[in-house]
Formats: sequence, C-alpha cells, structure tokens
Amino acid sequence: MTARVGVITFPGTLDDRDTQRAVRAAGVEAVPLWHRDKDLHQVDAVVLPGGFSYGDYLRAGAISRFSPVMGTVIEQARAGMPVLGICNGFQVLTETHLLPGAMLRNNHLHFICRDQKLRVENATTAWTSDYAQGQEISIPLKNIDGRYVADERTLDMLEAEGRVAFRYLTDGPTADGYGNPNGSLRDIAGITNEAGNVVGLMPHPEHAVEPLIGTGRTDGLGFFTSILKKLVNA
Amino acid sequence: MSLDTVKHAAETPETDQPWAELGLKQDEYARIREILGRRPTGAELAMYSVMWSEHCSYKSSKVHLKQFGEKAPENDALLVGIGENAGVVDVGQGYAVTFKVESHNHPSYIEPYQGAATGVGGIVRDILAMGARPVAVMDPLRFGAADHPDTKRVLPGVVAGIGGYGNCLGLPNIGGEVVFDPCYQGNPLVNALCVGVMKHEDIHLAKASGAGNKVILYGARTGGDGIGGVSVLASETFDDAKPTKRPAVQVGDPFQEKLLIECTLEIFREKLVAGIQDLGGAGLSCATSELASAGSGGMRVELDTVPLRDSSLSPEEILMSESQERMCAIVEPDKVDRFLEICEKWDVIATVIGEVTDGSRLEIFWHGEQIVDVPPRSVAHEGPTYHRPYARPEWQDALQADDAAALPRPADAAELRAQVLQLVGSPNQASKAWITDQYDRFVQGNTVLAQPEDSGMIRIDEETNLGVAVATDGNGRYAKLDPYAGAQLALAEAYRNVAASGARPLAISDCLNFGSPEDPAVMWQFAEATRGLADGCQVLGTPVTGGNVSLYNQTGDVAIHPTPVVAVLGVIDDVTRRTPVGFAEEGQLLYLLGDTREELGGSAWSQVVHEHLGGLPPKVDLERERLLAEILISASRDGMIDAAHDLSDGGLVQALVESCLRGGKGARVVVPDAVDPFVFLFSESAGRAIVSVPRSEELRFTDMCGARGLPATRIGVVDGDELALQEQFSIPLAELRAAHEATVPGLIA
Repeated sequence: MTARVGVITFPGTLDDRDTQRAVRAAGVEAVPLWHRDKDLHQVDAVVLPGGFSYGDYLRAGAISRFSPVMGTVIEQARAGMPVLGICNGFQVLTETHLLPGAMLRNNHLHFICRDQKLRVENATTAWTSDYAQGQEISIPLKNIDGRYVADERTLDMLEAEGRVAFRYLTDGPTADGYGNPNGSLRDIAGITNEAGNVVGLMPHPEHAVEPLIGTGRTDGLGFFTSILKKLVNA
Repeated sequence: MSLDTVKHAAETPETDQPWAELGLKQDEYARIREILGRRPTGAELAMYSVMWSEHCSYKSSKVHLKQFGEKAPENDALLVGIGENAGVVDVGQGYAVTFKVESHNHPSYIEPYQGAATGVGGIVRDILAMGARPVAVMDPLRFGAADHPDTKRVLPGVVAGIGGYGNCLGLPNIGGEVVFDPCYQGNPLVNALCVGVMKHEDIHLAKASGAGNKVILYGARTGGDGIGGVSVLASETFDDAKPTKRPAVQVGDPFQEKLLIECTLEIFREKLVAGIQDLGGAGLSCATSELASAGSGGMRVELDTVPLRDSSLSPEEILMSESQERMCAIVEPDKVDRFLEICEKWDVIATVIGEVTDGSRLEIFWHGEQIVDVPPRSVAHEGPTYHRPYARPEWQDALQADDAAALPRPADAAELRAQVLQLVGSPNQASKAWITDQYDRFVQGNTVLAQPEDSGMIRIDEETNLGVAVATDGNGRYAKLDPYAGAQLALAEAYRNVAASGARPLAISDCLNFGSPEDPAVMWQFAEATRGLADGCQVLGTPVTGGNVSLYNQTGDVAIHPTPVVAVLGVIDDVTRRTPVGFAEEGQLLYLLGDTREELGGSAWSQVVHEHLGGLPPKVDLERERLLAEILISASRDGMIDAAHDLSDGGLVQALVESCLRGGKGARVVVPDAVDPFVFLFSESAGRAIVSVPRSEELRFTDMCGARGLPATRIGVVDGDELALQEQFSIPLAELRAAHEATVPGLIA
C-alpha cells in the first residue's frame, strides 16, 4: 500500500507544486486537493502549503479557513488525520483553532528570506519522528507575518505539554540585526496539537529536500519521511 | 457632455481638441486628421495620444533600434524575435524560454511602492502572454546618492513594492543590481526582468485572426488608475513647477495577478486561445489596436460591456485606463464556454467584449453608438518616426582627457589596505543582502543560483537537469565616458557572468535608460550605445530578442548617465555542473584569467576614493570575451573548477572579497612579478575572471588555457580565514564581512 498525502491549493497558494515535489521525494504519492472540493480523495494526510491565500488581504489565513475543503480537514484532523501547515498553512491552522496562537507582522516589519537554523523540540509528532530530539536543522524561512504570539497561559501550556515543536536558534550570526528572525514569543517556530497529528511551522521544509536546489541542504526531507513511516506502519 | 461619436466628429470639424494636453505635437494631430479624413473623436484622440507617445511608439528610438534586426547574428536558437511581447529562444529538449527586461522608472519615482510593484506585474504579464509559465524575476535598480534623504524614501518603497508584489506572485527573485549615483537622484531607474518557460508548441502570439472569433477581456475590473500614465508620465520630463501626477500611477493587486497566471496557464493547456495580449501601458487602446493590427481582419468592441470598478468612467477613460492584472484573448466561438468556465474556477472575471470582423477597421461602440473607427495599424504600428538630431557633446573631449590615471594612489601598504576596506564597504560595492533578503528566492523549488552569485540559475527540467541562467548588468559611468564602449561593456559583463556560472550565453534583452531625446547630446549617447550594442551582439553571436527604451530620465537640463542595461540569457545542459562564486575548499589554486592593464577610468576606485569620473572606460575585446566564456564553460562542464567569479567594477580585489565571504574561506594571494599591486587589485580591465582550481585539475586546466591562448596566471591559494596579499597586507574575513555587510542596512535603517 502506498501512502497518499494531499496538498491543498487555495487561491493565492504558492508552494503547492514545491510541496508535491517534496512529498514525492520522500516516496509518497502526492494528491492535489482543490479548496472548493470538500472531498479529500482518500488521502492519508494533508499538507497546507505556503503562499498568500486570498492575498492575505483580510488577515493571513483568515478566509481560507472557511473554504469547503477546510471543513473536511478540520473534521478529519480532530479524528486523528495527520495535518501539516507550512507558513501560510500554519496561519490557516491557527485560524481554525486546530492550533493555538496567532501570527503577527514581523517585528522589523520586513519580508525576510533566509536560511534559518531551528531546533527540533518534539521528535514524537507525526511529522517529526524521523528527527532526533533536539536535532538542529536549517531550512528556508520566508515571510512577512511570521511572529508567533499567544497569551502567557497558552505559552506555558505549550511548554509544559511539550507542544513547542520547533524553536528558532538565535546563536547563529546576527549580523542582519534580527536575532530571533521575527520576534516570535519564546523563539517559537512551530507547534503541535496535543495528539501530535497536527503540526504547524513558519519555515519551509519543502524547500530543503534536494542538495542542488535552494540552500543546498536536505534538512527538510525528514518531515516527509516521518509521515511516510507513520502511514506505512499504521 | 454629450457623446463624441464618429458621426458627430464628421459633422463638427471645427471643434477644438486638447491634443497638446494629451502630449501630441501639432503635426501629429494633423496626421491623425489626415488618416481619418476628419477630426478624431475624443476616444480616438485618446487612443492615438497614448499609442503615439514615446513610451508606446518608440518614435525617437526606432530608427536606431532597427540595427538590432539588421545586424542580428545568425542564430538558430531564436524562435520569436523583436516585436512581440517578448522574444523566445530555443534552449533544447523541446523547451523554449522567453525573457525581457523593461523599465518602470517614472512611476517608481512618484510612487515608489506601486511603481515598482506594477513594474513587476507588467513584465510578468508580457511573459505570460507568450504562452510561458513565469519562473523567475530580477530587478536592476539605480538610485540617487546613498546618503541623500530622498533615497531613504525611494529605495525602501521600491524594494518593498518589488517584494510585496513578486513574493505574493510566487516568483523567485534571483538577481539584479543595486547601484547608487547622484545622477539618478530625481530619476531612479527601476527595471524589471521576467523569465518564462514553455514547450515550443505552446508559443502564443498577440494577433486577432478569424472573423467571428470572440474578444474576451479577463482579469481585474477597469478603474480610474493609471489614466494617462503612459503619455503623461513616461514621456515628459519631471519639472518641480507642475502639479503632482500621483493619480496617474497604477495600483497593483498581486493576488489577482497570481489567479490570472494560473487561470491563463490552464487556458493554454486546453488550447483555447487563438491570440492573446496583456494589458499594460495604454490599456485597452493598446491591446485592441495591437491585436487587430497584427491580425488579418478588423475588430468590433462594445466598450460598455467592460466590467468597471468605477461606473462613472467615460469611454475615453476606459480606453486609456492602465488598471493592472488584465488580459485580452481571442477565442473561437465554440471554445468560449470552456474559457469562461476556467475563469470562473479561478474566480477571474471574464467578459466577451467584442469580436474579430472580416473588415479592416477597429470599431468601438458605446451603448450602440460608434465612437472609434480607425485603421488599427495606424494606431499600433504606423505611429510617427523621428530622426532626431544628435551631436557629440562638446564636453566629451574634456571628460575623456581627465584621465583617472593621474589620481593620487595609495602611498604604502597601510593605505592600500585601508582603500580595500573603503572600496568593499562603499554603497555600490557593499553587500545588498539587506535588499535581496526581502525577496523570496526559493519559491517554485528550482532555484539553483541566486544573488549574490554571478547569475541567477533556474532548473527547468527535473529529469534532465536542463537549466537557464540570466544576468543583468549596466555601468552608467563607463557609458558616460564612451557610450559605444559602455554599452558593449554592459553586454560583455552580463555575458561573462552567465559563462562564469557555467551556462552558454544565447541571447539578450536590453533596457535602454537615457535622458531627453530632444537634447542632441543625449540622442548622440543613445545612437552610440545602440550601435555599440548591435555591433557587440554581432561579434558575440547573441541576438537582441526585445526590450524597452526609457527616455526623458532627466530633471531640468540634467540627464542621467546613459544607462543601457543588458540581460543575457544562457543555457546549461546539466545544472549540477553550475559554478558558484564562493571559494569552497582550502588548498585549491586561484587563477586569474585574462590580461590586467592599467585601466582606472570610470572605476569604482576612482569613484569611492576620489569621487572622480573621467578618462576612458576599459578597452573592449569581444573576441577575448568569447574565448574566456568558452574556457569557463568547458572548465565547468569537465569539472576543472569549483568556483568562478567575473571581474568587473571594483576589479580583482572586489571579486576576491566576494568569493572569500561567500564561501567563508580566506585566500593567500601573490602579486605577479613586475605588476604594481595597486593596479593588480583595482584595475577594471574587461575580459577577466578568477577561478578556483582543485590541485588534481591544475595541469588539465592550464593546458586547456594554453592551447586556446587565454592568459592564466596563478595568483594564490584558498586558505585560512583572512585575505592576505603577500608583502602588502592581510585582512581577517570578519573585518571584511563587517565592512561589506554593515553599509546598506546602516544607510537605510
């Protein structure tokens, strides 16, 4: 049996074809899903890729969250289907409340595109099991609304329950003056839900799967091999 | 005001018309009356005025641009040449690549964010209209003095506009340039390039044929933005005394453009269009007249069916509106339903606004009454042609006589070291990462190389690793000293950059930025630069596929430096063989390829250290450039080099510093015997590159250079964490990095 991972395209989604390529690179079948179609076409997991769905005009992710496909995704995610939200996809997941918190404009107010070092803080989720706990990886970061915020109680809860999945490493070069790249609270780059099936992060693992392309690293491939193992062993 | 119909115009020949306010000259207005045999209607006058503007008609430049066709080298790769939305080049394996560079200078000065944003949007639609998926953009930018207060207004706005639009479109931004010079103070140059990829059979052309075929306008609604943008903004010199022209700048909606791209590509896949044109400068006036002019028949348009954002717009305004994110397609009647269905899927508004006729006229109606009845060629392709007078300016001799060789040079090693740091930290030579990090270079997942590499490189086939590389270059200082040589140096540099990355240069596009054509000195610069470029392309075998002319870049009597910007497109059969600029491995040997002469005229050193511009630019030897390119490509293909960097402004020392910092490795460099260390470091002789050669490949590499007659001088080794010049100085990489990277953020923040 082959695992099937759906990749949703909203109007304004940009990284859908890249994400399909990354899914295939891990040996998984990639299934394009369309925002207007409620049917998930028997996929075993879903990725919400990056971009500017609906132009981010109201608020990043705010409109996509009401699309027909998301109704089904929310239902299935609650039933345990693995869901990964990358960048704009993470923003959509917070809008649906599948994940807590929200993303604000970067504290320096600029779009930033760079290779970003992260630490994998939770290697037990559906999307991170192929990494080692505490492993450091570098994958591209590119956004303007990437500053993760939540109230103190929520942040404490996330920490206590081990639900901070990735943290920005700020010990790298800070010559660009940004330090933590966007002012995210507690350096949070990504989080998971309680069950570990829903994960969202701002950086882009799908852009780090081939040695030739982009930063030349393949540190992002682990997301997609993790889900392959999860689905095949299920 | 009542509607000015064709019938009414014929009956009221004496009516006073605002032709002068619309930018037409008296004889041009008279010619319109002669063509029509009556006075034009208001709508016709609007169409002629925008289409006969300098920006759309190339009336001052086209007698010179002809050379690009006449002198074009034999080149089997050229599939579509000058005259379409963009040229198309065969890159093998059934793929075709289209690319073009264009200017959006004047709007970007008035409204930096929207001006730059819609510049990206416009060039992307040009590429899309050829049938291609846009795959990358690049932005050659020029601003006034780095420390001028207005640069702080213009630059961040332009950068945010390019990023805000391009990032939202999902196109990687893989290169370009950022140059500062006081000559661009009131006239920043915002050029934009886009590259698109398609299969040969997918090439689409802008023509309306087949009587009965429908004319479909799709994309954004038409609003009041950008009305008169073409004629008023792009064709007139800025003058402080006139009222602000802000409303004439268009406003962009990148989300709409993204939908338009995906929708159009799906329409292409199903082969639903017979002809297609994007709406840019001159809006519907341009699209309808060009489509009809290039086709075999006429066209009839019901203008009142155009979906509007503002219902109070007059027919003249609708024809002139430059609202963004619109396209116009010619569709066979039995394919219209499917066309509209795909538009609906992508939430794109699409409206049948007319049809192709078997007549020969472009006829436009407003609620049943005819307001336009013109021969389309007279609007689109038979505008006025000027043979403007040109003359070598009197000051040219004095400028060339003011030789940079006479400038005081560093007295000792300490001063030489200080000037190296001063150079690499100067605004033009400093790292532009603060700017380029605001652009997404990763999206689409095919970026092999991006800035600060010598060229941007995109993989176009995942199976075979076929790729293309593009570099843009221009040096207004060189062109000011000698416009003929300056244009060739821009061509040579972009050509060299593409080759240094390992790709074979195929064709070029150009954006020619100059002052007012009404000034004979500027016209001379233009004539010399186009002649230089056409002659240069002949030698290098790279045809001009298209481009853009931007004139009137001047404030009062003061023109910008003549600034021809050249984009070279190259192909690489296997992108895994690409050559990056960064030194990667300690112990590798550094070779300097080419000849270093004492050439400091127009150099970065003369600007940074002495604020001087005079003398002659570096000598051009295009045969040498060809040979250098062949060596660089062969060495890349056969794995003889691990890094390469072209030498241009800033000379050898600039290239060494960039390669060291990019790779995070130092270098120990020896000045060859009988060479002056200062000239060795700072001369800007053309036709040169540095390469990093693994020891195991040294013999093979030097044998190849020797056999083909290219001078190759061993100048050092990759080593350590400092740049050391033997017997002169050493500078730790950290110190170089601080000098190189702190400048631009410090200027803007």
